[in-house]
Amino acid sequence: MSIRLRLIVVLTLAACILWLSAVLWIAGSTRAQVQRVLDARLAESANMVSSLISDQRIAVGTEGPVTVPMPATTDLSRQLSCQIWSLRGDLIGASSGAPDERMALAEGFSDTMIDGVPWRVFAVHNDDLGVRVMVGDRADVRGGLVAGVVRGLLWPAAVLFPLLAGLIWLCVGRGLAPLEQLAAHLRARRPGDLRPLPDAPAPREIRPVRRALDSLFQQLDHVRRTERDFTAFAAHELKTPLAGLRIQAQVARRAGDAATRDRALDAIALSVDRSDRMVRQLLDLAAIDSDGASPEALDPAALIAEIAQDIAPQARAAGVELAVQARDLPPLRAPRVLIHSTLRNLVENAIQHSPQGGTVTIAARHDAQGLTLTVSDQGPGIADLGRATDRFWRGGAGGQGSGLGLAIVAAAVDHLGGSLHLDPPDGGQVVRITLPLSPA
Amino acid sequence: MRLLIVEDDPVLSDGLAVGLGLSGFTCDAVGTLADARAALRDHEFSAMVLDIMLPDGAGTDLLAQMRAAGNRLPVLLLTARDRVRDRVEGLDAGADDYLGKPCDLDELAARLRAMLRRGAGRATATVAWRDIVMDPAAMTATRGADVLRLSRREFAILQALLDRPGRILSRAQLEERLYGWQEDVESNAVEVHIHHLRAKLGRDAIQTVRGVGYRVAEGG
Repeated sequence: MSIRLRLIVVLTLAACILWLSAVLWIAGSTRAQVQRVLDARLAESANMVSSLISDQRIAVGTEGPVTVPMPATTDLSRQLSCQIWSLRGDLIGASSGAPDERMALAEGFSDTMIDGVPWRVFAVHNDDLGVRVMVGDRADVRGGLVAGVVRGLLWPAAVLFPLLAGLIWLCVGRGLAPLEQLAAHLRARRPGDLRPLPDAPAPREIRPVRRALDSLFQQLDHVRRTERDFTAFAAHELKTPLAGLRIQAQVARRAGDAATRDRALDAIALSVDRSDRMVRQLLDLAAIDSDGASPEALDPAALIAEIAQDIAPQARAAGVELAVQARDLPPLRAPRVLIHSTLRNLVENAIQHSPQGGTVTIAARHDAQGLTLTVSDQGPGIADLGRATDRFWRGGAGGQGSGLGLAIVAAAVDHLGGSLHLDPPDGGQVVRITLPLSPA
Repeated sequence: MRLLIVEDDPVLSDGLAVGLGLSGFTCDAVGTLADARAALRDHEFSAMVLDIMLPDGAGTDLLAQMRAAGNRLPVLLLTARDRVRDRVEGLDAGADDYLGKPCDLDELAARLRAMLRRGAGRATATVAWRDIVMDPAAMTATRGADVLRLSRREFAILQALLDRPGRILSRAQLEERLYGWQEDVESNAVEVHIHHLRAKLGRDAIQTVRGVGYRVAEGG
């Protein structure tokens, strides 16, 4: 439901309720007021008749009822009926049009039903003459009168209400115009357009939204730029080994002697292995970046053993010994791909930078801080520890690797909520990773 | 023709050195800008094959510095960044030619030859002097109707001398062109090659300028 529709409905409903309450209130109070006025007229008339009788202007005999002529009127609503009863209970006089039955039994105001017609009556006791004067009018006539007055009030209200609704509709539209403009601007944007929103004056309520949008655009732009750079780098880094393969293949084809040909073929094999590792690393990085893996319970010792076994042929080829020190470790809850890529890349890096006959040690222990994994080698160590985790930074070694290994490790450790420490080289590089045992 | 290859990928660098060597070039390969600067300072090269993304900076920066210093060495940029914008930037930085990775070895050699030819002010692919015609692409030389059987180094010496007839090349300069860093230069090897060349071309083809070096007569 749009804000516009929501506002219109809410405001109209609220106005409707207020309007209705006001109308009911006015109708009620008007009705009461009119009733009071009519009642006052009844009482006044009764007292007037009573005083007229007392003045002897109208003789009240005992012979039988007399009919008191009342001014004739065609307007029923104005017509009052009057009865004068003796205290003994005889009807002494009545106005024309008055009912034959006694209109009231008690003094003061009362409501009675005579021949199925409701009456409102005021009775007054005349002590001097010993009579009771009753003046009444028909409730339905009174009702008609009251209804007429109320109707007169309600009609303008009913006519004005649609106008009020229309005004609400217009005002909401005007009030929401800046939001509408923003929406129209966003709708018109191309997906690639991540520039900040145009600098237009905006109401205070819209400004936070614009700021948030601008900040989002900025972040998206940064992410896109990073991705584009990464893709460009990756393409470059893959094209170079391909170029090497092609050139070496041509060398092998035209080499006159077996030694040159064998050397070229060896270079091809080496390049294929390196490209393969690099593609795997790129896929690892993509998997880590996409953050799609779900955590599972892992046995760190078993995982380390599995990786050591995987990498053993590589270590043998490089003349490097693998030592594993991991026992009695608590299970770890983490996405398998993250732990696996982390360890694999660290160990591969260590082997690559180890001298022949060196040892690469994979150690794991746990304490209150969490699980600490350490991979140490006996190589020269990383020269520039500050840049070591940059993507495609090769430490100036030139061609030794893709420069992705530690970048993958850093990304994975970040996702795992752990911390990565590169100890300054002192007879070999030590890389330490501390992982929380139950990452959030 | 001695080439400096600046490329940090060892497989590619090795392939280029060996492959271009098979095409008649003498190649030295380095992997960083620093090494390239040192090599350019200490040796004379006929041309350079330069990668752009190197561990210690951009090849185009080196190129711009060289051009700013007045160095006219023919340079071919070899890089994976081969979009039009990259090519324009590379050429504007002073490159003579541009080739994207992966490339064909024959095309690279042909482009290098074309670059060297332009540098020497020649329009044809072959070099002619008197009745001797050399074809650097095919690595063949003829004298009249006879096909000359030249070794790789004899061919290189003859090419160096015919490149600019009349110019005197010292023994050291000839050695520079013939041998890369990895190769040991045999003493009096140049004299031996010159001797063989004179036997094949005629005694008066190559003149010895006493105490300076060798040349072929200007103008043919």
